[in-house]
Amino acid sequence: MEIENTGKDNGRFMVAVRGRMDAVTAPEFEKRILDWIDSGETHIILDLEELEYISSAGLRSILTIAKNLKGQQGSLVLCALQDAVKEIFEISGFNTIIPVCGSSEAALKET
Amino acid sequence: MPEITSLARMENLQRLTQFVAKQAQSAHLPARRVRKIELAVEEVLVNIFSYAYPDAEGPVSIACQTANDRLIIEIRDIGVPFNILEVPNPDVGAQLSERQIGGLGAFFVRKIADEVHYRREEDQNVLVLIFDHHSQDTSTFQIGA
Repeated sequence: MEIENTGKDNGRFMVAVRGRMDAVTAPEFEKRILDWIDSGETHIILDLEELEYISSAGLRSILTIAKNLKGQQGSLVLCALQDAVKEIFEISGFNTIIPVCGSSEAALKET
Repeated sequence: MPEITSLARMENLQRLTQFVAKQAQSAHLPARRVRKIELAVEEVLVNIFSYAYPDAEGPVSIACQTANDRLIIEIRDIGVPFNILEVPNPDVGAQLSERQIGGLGAFFVRKIADEVHYRREEDQNVLVLIFDHHSQDTSTFQIGA
């Protein structure tokens, strides 16, 4: 898995996540994002265009991040999910509790 | 029958799921279906890693076979009795603040596999996951557009 800050746009901290978010890699993802939140980035857009796989461990990390941001009036938007990842979000009902956009451009308008 | 055995530890997760993915690919299942099979197997394994052996280390083994256009995956451990079919479903309609993650892995296993069978065989947990080659899972699981 790769996690990269791809810049900041209109106050939104953009993070691209690539590869596989499973029970082994999700804790590293969660820690990186929580570190950024601790350093003051409370409006985050996760670009998942190149995320190929996510399991319940990855969803758990995303839920932790979403709750953390909500607690400090921040925001989390996900964008550009691949079909396989989108399907996991739908099965779990996560698409109804975390905003999901088709593209990073749409995510910028959302927040 | 291709089989793999390793210690039930998180560091072995990817080796075990890769083994299953390879078997599913050899059975000519489409890539998207292979990912979902990996997901179901990961959820089962993470449960075993977390709960099967509270006081010591122990093994987990996975055997795969194809029969009558079905991929049959048998996962065994010798840990405490645990039936994934008895884990209650999560509330997938809960709001963010109330949302709990527990039970989601077991829920995925039951959703994704065409059949799930559990039995206790002497000191072993035996979980059998069956995936039909022709299962149209994209239509089965599509919720909204």
